[in-house]
Amino acid sequence: MGEEEGLHQTPFLDTMFVRGLKRKCFDGEEDIEGTLAGIKAIPSYNLQRQSLLDMSLVKLQLCHMLVEPNLCRSVLIANTVRQIQEEMTQDGTWQMINTQSTGQASLDRLVSTDILCRSSRDHQAEGKHGPAYGTFNKDFESDQAQDNSETMSTASAVQTPRNLQSNVWEMESPQENKGNFQKSLDQIFETLENKSPNTVEDLFSEVDNSYYDLDTMLTGMMSNTKMGHCDSLETFSSPTNTASNSNCKSDLNDLDHIVEILVES
Amino acid sequence: MEEDAETRKISSSFLRDHSYATEADIISTVEFNHTGELLATGDKGGRVVIFQREQESKNQPHRRGEYNVYSTFQSHEPEFDYLKSLEIEEKINKIRWLPQQNAAYFLLSTNDKTVKLWKVSERDKRPEGYNLKDEDGRLRDPSMITVLRVPVLRPMDLMVEATPRRVFANAHTYHINSISVNSDYETYMSADDLRINLWNFEITNQSFNIVDIKPANMEELTEVITAAEFHPHHCNTFVYSSSKGTIRLCDMRTAALCDRHAKFFEEPEDPSNRSFFSEIISSISDVKFSHSGRYIMTRDYLTVKVWDLNMENRPIETYQVHDYLRSKLCSLYENDCIFDKFECVWNGSDSVIMTGSYNNFFRMFDRNTKRDVTLEASRENSKPRAILKPRKVCVGGKRRKDEISVDSLDFSKKILHTAWHPSENIIAVAATNNLYIFQDKVN
Repeated sequence: MGEEEGLHQTPFLDTMFVRGLKRKCFDGEEDIEGTLAGIKAIPSYNLQRQSLLDMSLVKLQLCHMLVEPNLCRSVLIANTVRQIQEEMTQDGTWQMINTQSTGQASLDRLVSTDILCRSSRDHQAEGKHGPAYGTFNKDFESDQAQDNSETMSTASAVQTPRNLQSNVWEMESPQENKGNFQKSLDQIFETLENKSPNTVEDLFSEVDNSYYDLDTMLTGMMSNTKMGHCDSLETFSSPTNTASNSNCKSDLNDLDHIVEILVES
Repeated sequence: MEEDAETRKISSSFLRDHSYATEADIISTVEFNHTGELLATGDKGGRVVIFQREQESKNQPHRRGEYNVYSTFQSHEPEFDYLKSLEIEEKINKIRWLPQQNAAYFLLSTNDKTVKLWKVSERDKRPEGYNLKDEDGRLRDPSMITVLRVPVLRPMDLMVEATPRRVFANAHTYHINSISVNSDYETYMSADDLRINLWNFEITNQSFNIVDIKPANMEELTEVITAAEFHPHHCNTFVYSSSKGTIRLCDMRTAALCDRHAKFFEEPEDPSNRSFFSEIISSISDVKFSHSGRYIMTRDYLTVKVWDLNMENRPIETYQVHDYLRSKLCSLYENDCIFDKFECVWNGSDSVIMTGSYNNFFRMFDRNTKRDVTLEASRENSKPRAILKPRKVCVGGKRRKDEISVDSLDFSKKILHTAWHPSENIIAVAATNNLYIFQDKVN
């Protein structure tokens, strides 16, 4: 995979992540019991929460690229992610995502603790997965060609956490961390290295344009001014409406296999 | 507000010319010395600029002690940590003055990793007529020395010298966010994200670790130290604030390592205002003891709070700095503004507090009258000796003349650092690369 691809991968994943999950949030809604506050049951809340989660994950990912990130900021973002995931676990959204995306994958495999609290020893072990990961990405791209957006969203749900080699603030062993980036991240990092990114904004502008588009929409929703909920939902949902459930199922088996390789070995 | 903040006048402003201002010119800290005669600023380029208040003159009564540049020096240089393969920025994070004990002035300046003690002294005489050296300092040929001379001091143009007297390095793994001189004047502390160290001014090669919140397993880290300060009178007492919105007061007499706090200040969360951003906006960006030592002031993202040392369960006063941003938190999170570290200061009598906001606005709150005012520090609408007009941010509804709507606030213009003269109503406000000094109206 060339540097170009490395650069474009992240935004692509994020967009897909949101699109796919949004549909699931809708599905899940009928199942959600009255335990939730009224506001939480409306789809836009789930959507906002998901977008916030995505935004936070990207921020954490970028923190991780810096040798010495702003610790306070990283900790606050990580706590936000934990909080979101805790809530999603409670209302069942998180479980739903997991069950749908990885079949029988157990919850604790992908929840916050796993994402956020990876020891550096785990990182080293993961270094071995570089090639497998590369293959995974290629599959991923061909999926894209087939316009199978459901598969992509499922894959990215798994992949985003994997990318997030957290432990972002373990500054006392930066070299160790650096050596353990996954392949795509490495490529992004190499590209950026020459430019010596000083601010996170720089990183954002280099890596991640579509991410900002997403945020603009999210912000619009939050302030309830520029865009009504329905409008924004439609923007989010239109691409996924074309994908059917059967498509999703047929590809899940393959995915399970890939996921198992990534998770188990 | 006494004398009314709106009648404040600008006595001097605009330190540098901004047509060529760069990132390095951005002011990162402002601090008056204990008499208020000097004002020091530090910037991202590692420079320290000291201003001195000029003597009041009878012929020009309208000039009431303006501040002029007194000394400029490069305090910190960019460094490279070869072990970690990382650059250490030269940016000055904090400056603290030591109380003056002789003709020279001393100050501490710190970047992310290293604290330095600087001596700033004046020289207006130089010795002349050495026996062994000639006027240029070269050794003279002993055979040429035939008479014994008595060296004399001759007046010369005033020169201000800044010399580094101590360098306190290699004690911080994380970024230093605070330094504070103890009231014993012999020690000071430096705080980073996870630890606080206690130093003696005379000893540079060792420090005592007095607080360490680094978990054995960094994966469990959920809280960091954001600021720390010594009590102004009790040399055994200090406070530190955390990213979870709490303040701990520690007594160094109880144990060498103050892991257990003596007091714990925390306000219960308001359930009606709960959101995913609750923790982020409650993170404390600055903590300051009042001059009296009775109160602590903390600044979080949206408010300033005043705590009584005798009441731990809630602040005695809470002031909204820019509550209209509450509905914008998502965008502010997206563009990272939500992580901006605003500082706060007391006036000399602890009756007024001041802190910064966006759009070059800064706020003052009178604790007695409960009046507050928003002022703007900007080149466009302030000329020397002009009167500052209070500004208003329009929240919903119709925007009146002179009001500015929340949506048109400029979030790149933020006032993070301010300082208040220790006894008079003179304030220094750092707005990006400009320093504004305002004072009460004359008469």
